[in-house]
Amino acid sequence: MKRLISVLSALLIAIVATPAAAQLRVDINAGISKPMPIAVPAFTTPALASTVAGDTAALGRQVAEVVSNDLASSGLFKPINPSAFTTTVAYADVLAPRFPNWRTVAAQALVTGFVQVNGDGSITVGCYLYDVFSEEILAREGFSTQPAFWRRAAHKCADAVYSRLTGESGYFDSRIVYVSETGSQTKRIKRLAIMDQDGANHRFLTNGQNLVLTPRFSPSQQTIAYMSFAQNRPRVYIYNIGTGRQTLVGNLPNMSFAPRFSPDGQSLVFSMAQGGNTDIYRMSVNGGTPQRLTSAPGIDTGPSYSPDGSKIVFESDRGGTQQLYVMNADGSDQRRISFGGGRYATPVWSPRGDLIAFTRMGGGGFRIGVMRTDGSGERLLTDSWGDEGPTWSPNGRVVMFFRSQRGGRADLWSVDLTGVNERRIPTPLDGSDPAWSPLLP
Amino acid sequence: MMNTALKAAMVAALVATAACSKKKEELPPPPPPAAPVETPYTPPAAPVTSTVVPGSVEDFIQQAGSDRVFFEFDSYQLDSASQATLTKQAGWLAQYSNVKVTIEGHADERGTREYNLALGERRANSVKNFLAGQGVAADRISVISYGKERPAVEGSDESAWAQNRRAVTVLVGAAAS
Repeated sequence: MKRLISVLSALLIAIVATPAAAQLRVDINAGISKPMPIAVPAFTTPALASTVAGDTAALGRQVAEVVSNDLASSGLFKPINPSAFTTTVAYADVLAPRFPNWRTVAAQALVTGFVQVNGDGSITVGCYLYDVFSEEILAREGFSTQPAFWRRAAHKCADAVYSRLTGESGYFDSRIVYVSETGSQTKRIKRLAIMDQDGANHRFLTNGQNLVLTPRFSPSQQTIAYMSFAQNRPRVYIYNIGTGRQTLVGNLPNMSFAPRFSPDGQSLVFSMAQGGNTDIYRMSVNGGTPQRLTSAPGIDTGPSYSPDGSKIVFESDRGGTQQLYVMNADGSDQRRISFGGGRYATPVWSPRGDLIAFTRMGGGGFRIGVMRTDGSGERLLTDSWGDEGPTWSPNGRVVMFFRSQRGGRADLWSVDLTGVNERRIPTPLDGSDPAWSPLLP
Repeated sequence: MMNTALKAAMVAALVATAACSKKKEELPPPPPPAAPVETPYTPPAAPVTSTVVPGSVEDFIQQAGSDRVFFEFDSYQLDSASQATLTKQAGWLAQYSNVKVTIEGHADERGTREYNLALGERRANSVKNFLAGQGVAADRISVISYGKERPAVEGSDESAWAQNRRAVTVLVGAAAS
């Protein structure tokens, strides 16, 4: 894929930023008990100019809004209402903010920036982060892109702020593929749809003619593995976002489902059912002969690779009820890791490698939880009648899932690892089976 | 409305007649009404109802008692009622050996999506194996699972779930009326 955004930090950094001894820092593990007050005034412009996406002053306001919304959605920041600001930001203030004015509105951190049009019609968004009390600059980054992609530049700015203040990588410049749902329970119409992580730039990928389920991003985010009931033969397909082409994977005799890419994007793990027995297989994305990884009698499904590709977590009812198991990528050394009450399903390995998210069923509820990869340290993050199908943010700090209600309605939600910051993701229709992309390039 | 209008017309006619008769007392009585003309009897149009013909889907359902069997939660065991239904289905299929079937396996909504796909396939295979055991050639039976994607009835309670945990025998190549 063409690199749409190039980081221009090198050009913008006049001096090498040295982290201060007493750093402004957000404790990511503390939840939202005290989100950091942060000011994100409208980005300014060195020269008012028009673009296909609006003029640079309007873009500057919108970029600041996107940055502000991203930071607020993390639950770790509390953007200050711009109506409280005691000062406006001129272009000269971007690099030399009037800090006392920001201290009066109790901002701890300040984000300033600008939008400018370049000679080739592209725009550059400059993004600066300051510690209001120490008056130090903490981050400065620039992003160049076509004007139509201004939201991505804003997300990258928010990622830079989040990253600098939490010590974690960001997750805002990413996308969600999911199943858009509409219609009654008995005649549900399902379509693949894709959108930005914040719900913007929504578009449908399939027309609803065929039932589609469980889309999953490839590591390159350019293809999506999913299951389709096309021709009444439920099988795994790959959708190419660039071309819109849907390709059947392999030529399998039976129902194949629950696909997920390997970390190198070269192969898929999935389930295939045969005669009432479901096992896990691995196959090249180009097809070929599938390699069988499990053979226990029962239902083995929901495979998900560890980020280093060495292990696979999956669910199996071989012991009587659905539980989580981990095996080596070649299928050897299968070990059960879940031992709590109820049933465990849909395990997904965190991109950080440290945790496994899952659906736990029991006591009349479906809940989203996480545990360490050896099964220890289990924590439930949600409590609901129908939470299912977790997917990780690219930085492994947020889990998105779908929440079903009695009667068939369903929508997308996210929750952070503290379990406190639970938010609904806006979608035009109902939604299920979300999959979070890696960070965009 | 019609009746009221008709009555009004008749009353008006009677009044008119009365008024008339008073004035024309000396005239001879009017001739008796003409005898009704006889018309040939036409029986009412007989409704044509569809009827179950041998070999049809309806015949299959009538003979077997049902085209579907139901399962307990997270189970693919066939209870005695299901076995009785399937035995009758197999009997019908023995009669119509040109008919193939697809067994559709379904689950209720109280399971995760991927597992329910596998569970539906398991249920469909339970039925397939039973029918095969009753002498239906295995190559006449195909299976498909819809997991929890195609419930038969709406609702999120025990009664809806019980009806949705099912395997349906769908005839392929039989006359559907």
